[in-house]
Amino acid sequence: MGLFRRIGNLFHRSRLASDMDAELEAHIALRTEDNIAGGMTPREARRDALVRFGNPAVMKERTAGADMALGIDGLWRDVRYAVRQLRRSPGFALTAIVTLTVAIGANAVVFSILNALVLKPLDLPGARRLYMIEQRGFPMNSYPDYLDLRQRNHSFEDIAVYIIGEAAMNTGSNPSHVWMYQASGNYFDVLGVQPYLGRFFHSSDEHGLDAVPYIVLSYDYWRTRFHSDAAVVGRTVELNRHSYSILGVAPPKFHGSELMFVPDFWVPVVDTPLIAMDDDLKSRGDRSLEMIGRLKPQVTAAQATGELNAIAAALQKTYPKDDDGLQFALVQPGLMGNMLGGPIRAFVSGLMLLAGLILLAACANLGSLFSARAADRAREIAMRVALGSTRARILRQILTEALVIALFGGTAGIAASSVLLRGLSVWQPMPNFPIRVQVNPDVGTYTVAVLLALMSGLLCGLAPIRQIFGTAPWEVVKTGAAVTRRKRLPGLRDVLLIVQVAVCAVLMTSSLVAVRGLERSMHSNFGFQPDRALLVDTELRMAGYEGDRVAAMQRRMLDTAATVPGVQSAGLISNIPLGLGFSETAIFADGATDFRASNAVAEPVQYSVSPGYFQSAGTTLLAGRDITWHDGNNAPAVAVVNRTFAQKLFGSVDKAIGKHFLHDSGKQRFEVVGVVEDGKYITLTEETKPAFFQPLAQSPTSSTWLVARTAGDPQNNAAALRAAIHGLDDGLLFTLTTWHESLNSALFAARAAAVSLGVLGLLGSVLAITGIFGMASYSVSKRFKEMGIRIALGADRIQVLRSALGGALRLLAIGSVAGLLLGMAATRVLAFIVYQATPLDPVVLAGTVMVMLLVGLVATWAPAQRALHIHPSRLLREDW
Amino acid sequence: MARNDLQGSLDLLVLKTLAQRGKLHGYGVVQHIQIASDELLQVEEGSIYPALHRMEQSGWIGSEWAMTETNRKAKYYRLTVAGRKQLKEAEESFELLVKGVRAMLRYA
Repeated sequence: MGLFRRIGNLFHRSRLASDMDAELEAHIALRTEDNIAGGMTPREARRDALVRFGNPAVMKERTAGADMALGIDGLWRDVRYAVRQLRRSPGFALTAIVTLTVAIGANAVVFSILNALVLKPLDLPGARRLYMIEQRGFPMNSYPDYLDLRQRNHSFEDIAVYIIGEAAMNTGSNPSHVWMYQASGNYFDVLGVQPYLGRFFHSSDEHGLDAVPYIVLSYDYWRTRFHSDAAVVGRTVELNRHSYSILGVAPPKFHGSELMFVPDFWVPVVDTPLIAMDDDLKSRGDRSLEMIGRLKPQVTAAQATGELNAIAAALQKTYPKDDDGLQFALVQPGLMGNMLGGPIRAFVSGLMLLAGLILLAACANLGSLFSARAADRAREIAMRVALGSTRARILRQILTEALVIALFGGTAGIAASSVLLRGLSVWQPMPNFPIRVQVNPDVGTYTVAVLLALMSGLLCGLAPIRQIFGTAPWEVVKTGAAVTRRKRLPGLRDVLLIVQVAVCAVLMTSSLVAVRGLERSMHSNFGFQPDRALLVDTELRMAGYEGDRVAAMQRRMLDTAATVPGVQSAGLISNIPLGLGFSETAIFADGATDFRASNAVAEPVQYSVSPGYFQSAGTTLLAGRDITWHDGNNAPAVAVVNRTFAQKLFGSVDKAIGKHFLHDSGKQRFEVVGVVEDGKYITLTEETKPAFFQPLAQSPTSSTWLVARTAGDPQNNAAALRAAIHGLDDGLLFTLTTWHESLNSALFAARAAAVSLGVLGLLGSVLAITGIFGMASYSVSKRFKEMGIRIALGADRIQVLRSALGGALRLLAIGSVAGLLLGMAATRVLAFIVYQATPLDPVVLAGTVMVMLLVGLVATWAPAQRALHIHPSRLLREDW
Repeated sequence: MARNDLQGSLDLLVLKTLAQRGKLHGYGVVQHIQIASDELLQVEEGSIYPALHRMEQSGWIGSEWAMTETNRKAKYYRLTVAGRKQLKEAEESFELLVKGVRAMLRYA
């Protein structure tokens, strides 16, 4: 009760005072009454009462003092005093708060991303026991392998598979483009989710490979597309022109087993042959399914891996052709195994490290700021000590100031970060894929941020402690400024400043490397010309085309596109290079008989193209001929290969023409008819890969990209091309973009890296500037008098500047060199994300040096001006 | 050794007064101390209030405003349970002090 009353008193100080007055008044009155009753005159009586009472002011003071000794009121007074002090030096307060805002904000943002993508497992019950099963370092498995694993293992409660796919959904009016998981029947049971409405499908719904006409909607899709209509369960919709009934709706926050993919619905994986692209569930060599399993409670990941690999060995023996070298590993789920997860985890952890360094730099800055301030206030502090204030009391005051700044800065930082994160959560970086970075900051993030803020506040507040305790008040009062003999050994502050400059240089180096890499990749040779080209992405199955109608429609699309004014040529390809889809396949030397994977001569990227593709894509034909309409279904199998393929298999480009190679366990024998230039196929950072192109007629697919080369700006022809394709079939869904827009997905990682490093670099340099500025201006003001004397004695400008700024610039130089070296080491990591990221680039080196020089110049400009404009005569007269 | 300063003694006197007399205002406490001690203990009357306030904040005594017999508004104090415990401790420690001082005086 006492505590609450005390806290209550804080806010009722005036009431307490009036209470005391009333009590005092009553006392005097009672004594006076008694005195009168005792026979005194009223005047005497009152006088006697007052004398006996003693000094009322002292009484009140001591009553209030009783409160203060109890602590809380003292703290509150400290806080108010601190705020008042800070308001009196807005420059200091603002610098400190902004510094902390920047540092806490950056850390909260990066920590949220780290938390969302790396630390936190999928938001599912018992998620720690969920593992993704990778095969030879790749998250894709074949359906027959999956069935065998699921049946034979004893380590997992169950294993599910899924594919991310797209389809056309028709709910009555026009079809729309939707994204889905094709998931095994036990998918929801393995993940441990319960439906929001209706029911999920289960293993018992599957009967072999027969299609099951059920779908489960995601909550968001149900809300937006069906307006949260509960009667939707049981309704029939059309998926790629096939009838499906809606089985249920998934719970609100459930987006499936991938962190960055937001699906519209789930469909049984056994329906893949019916509605999806060419994924074949019967072929053991066709690996396109991701596998996720829930470990039994008492089984460790290592035990499970051991068992899976025992099964893999058995499968290898039974199916030497398809399962050669099969090996499984368990990895953290959520980011397509280690394929996306590896680089993302490395990059985000790196960012976290950098953010931590920024916080360190900010603390260093704050520490310097606080010590400078303590030094400036040395006289005031000395006076207070001399007047009897304890050092503990002064320290408490300074710590309170630090905490007030920490709270302001921390709050501002958290507010800024939550705005940024909200933006990031709704951001859709890729135009043709529903990627979502779910980074809603949670309580944990805020707690960490507040703790960081308080901790840095306390640390900084403690920085000047030695200064305060080492102050001899009489010295300070006598001489004016604190005479602290500067030791020539580098102090803690110098080290902190060096660290800070180094951090800035590291960030600058890495962001320059990233930007340069990005620039280089924009101008590198892709093996095609993305300028002046339009892309039309179609999946004819979505509009119900099957069998022969597919090829006929594709031919019509090509012919129509070619007649659009402004379009010079048009061609089709099965997967657009540097898009999201690709297929790699093992090929064998002509005459081979052993078709195990280990006997393959290469594993090139495989494409199907129509005549006219190379011309439309701007891919140069080096030798031989292009694919023509004569390379049809019944004509001999032919292929165009790239330069690397030709050199690897046949020694040179010219020798390749007319040679043969085998594919699909020798069932297909290709004659090489042409060789084209090398290109980038899967990622920008890949090594040069072999690739081969088959005629679309000989390797048909319903999913293609039409490339239309235009004479001028492709935007001018986009509308006409869109209308022409729409005119062919108004039920056909397609996306039309320029090739440059489509490249965004390939450049996304590099761009994200460049932007985040750039932002951190900017923050880092802001902090470095304030740090150096603080130190330089402090050193100038501390040595004002000395410099005045020097000038009076005839020192020239250079000498003055050297003595004023030499220390700061020396630290800047040491820090920059250290940072540059560290940055060079750090950017090796970037090479995985950014094309040709190399720190040994003269532009990067010169750029970093320039930036650091600029930082130094900006930071020391004002102090240097001050030092140069010292008037010795005035200075010597005044008391500094 | 127990805490035996002047303040401690004043606390003891106030607590004892409230224990003997029940509800009492500040002036009453002062009066009681003077009368009960045969006018031997003279406190500066004002100094009772910081003590009362401190004891109230510590939860040893409670207070309320009420009317005196002469129809004057005054703040009345009474002992709380915690105060009763405190009184017992203060009495014991005072006995110790007295014993100690006596022993000291008798030592020759």
